[in-house]
Amino acid sequence: MSGRRAGLAAAGVLLAGAMLAPYAVMVLTALKPERELRASPPRLLPVEWRPGTFLDVLRDPAFQGWLAVSVVVAAAATLLVILAAVPAAYYTARYRFRGRTAFLLVVLATQMFSPTALVVGLYREFFELGLVNTYAALILTNAAFNLAFAIWILRAFFASIPREVEEAAAVDGCGRLATLVRIVLPLARPAVATAAIFAFIAAWNEYIVALTIMTDPVRKPLTVGITSYVTAYVQHWNALFAASAIAIVPVVVLFVLIERHLVSGLTAGSLK
Amino acid sequence: MAAVVLYPAVHLVRASFGRYSITGLYTGWVGVDNYARLFRLDALPTVVANTVVWVAVVVAVTIAISLALAQLLDERFPGRRLVRWALIVPWAASLIMTSKLFAWIYDYYFGILNPVLLALGVIGQPVDWLGDDRTVMGAMIAVGIFVSLPFTTYALLAGLQAIPPDVYEAARIDGASAWRTYRAVTLPLLRPALLVAAVLNLIYVFNSFPIVWTLNDRNPGFGHDTMITFMYKIAFKSALRDVGLAAALGVVNVLVILAAVLVYLRVAWRQEAEG
Repeated sequence: MSGRRAGLAAAGVLLAGAMLAPYAVMVLTALKPERELRASPPRLLPVEWRPGTFLDVLRDPAFQGWLAVSVVVAAAATLLVILAAVPAAYYTARYRFRGRTAFLLVVLATQMFSPTALVVGLYREFFELGLVNTYAALILTNAAFNLAFAIWILRAFFASIPREVEEAAAVDGCGRLATLVRIVLPLARPAVATAAIFAFIAAWNEYIVALTIMTDPVRKPLTVGITSYVTAYVQHWNALFAASAIAIVPVVVLFVLIERHLVSGLTAGSLK
Repeated sequence: MAAVVLYPAVHLVRASFGRYSITGLYTGWVGVDNYARLFRLDALPTVVANTVVWVAVVVAVTIAISLALAQLLDERFPGRRLVRWALIVPWAASLIMTSKLFAWIYDYYFGILNPVLLALGVIGQPVDWLGDDRTVMGAMIAVGIFVSLPFTTYALLAGLQAIPPDVYEAARIDGASAWRTYRAVTLPLLRPALLVAAVLNLIYVFNSFPIVWTLNDRNPGFGHDTMITFMYKIAFKSALRDVGLAAALGVVNVLVILAAVLVYLRVAWRQEAEG
């Protein structure tokens, strides 16, 4: 039996290695000084280790600006998704009403539309509304396209909570809203965490809408902004990769914090 | 909220029946002219073929590998938690950054892939992965699979953990082999999770933009574009700059993915009814 466990652990190490190897190249490239980037054939390890690039990037006002935009947009979009999805999911899970099926079908259909498929239409819409280059446009887009998944995950979870729990609360004199906030939401924490992390990651990593509608250099989020480290004119691959590695850190930390919730949140979603 | 999603969809359909100047101003209704021009484009058959290959290979291989990975991560072994965290990284990294990273790794002169494969004896001479017509699609597909694995594995892992342990107990008592148990017990019970993973992957991979956009950016023309990057080039980047034409392709794209998902769901549900 222990031989089997060792074999599994070895497979685990291989898997982790395969997943992390490209990102190891990312960090090692970021640690090289500029002149070593043009070495051919390339070396894996830097000759001269230069961690200063990471500090340069962190001190770069442009990077700080992109980071701030990303944090604001991703946080606002996530908040909006949860605020809209919780009542919608709770209501459809608990009450039968006219148009319920139609509503759920529309939710499913929006999952099929991606900002990418609609980007031409989105651009026309924001162009005519005068919302090109505004944070509102980016936040709304990110929130809207992640709502479907959030409603879907939350609805399945709410439906799995026995009604008796809520009836007990009602008997104890809890109003409908108080029941939702004080009883149901704490129980649904895994599902809320799952929906939130999905929305946050999608917004944090969104590229095409930001690329299209945020043309003002100081209003770009990280994903679009950092590509300006490598263009036809300047080739700061080390700065690009240092910035990319820094951008991954907050998401991984968030993920590690909720990983346990993630699987149980998805489990409920996959059952219904 | 639905307005933000549905309004651009309406906009898209309307734009597909209009003509626009090169600066994006609406100049009039042209009916189905954009669609007629779209289907006459010389690049279209290549782009459609690329899209089919891209979606089919990435989704199929991703699901196959993820089934194995989910099985592995469902077992108990020392360090499992750390391996799960490692799997998260390609998901947490933005697609555009991972795409740039692979563009660098694949690079003919400065990328690390060629020296590594040469040292291992896999290739005899350096390959221009992103410049050679024979390798660029394969190189993009490899990245597509790599970034799709984490989500798919997690979705399937969630499905595996929803299977009650007593059904395995029953299979063991009946003396079923490990492989037989997997085929007769695990796979059928995993079907809902598989369905979800396959449908979402189908949508994500079809709509995927950054990988093809980044890895293919130094190749001229549309030889390795999918329908999504083709649409973007028509609208914003190529000499065409044709909003109406791009909108027509956008409508076609949405209909294609809708049809693909519906066909898939029908087949999956029919199998479920029969099985």
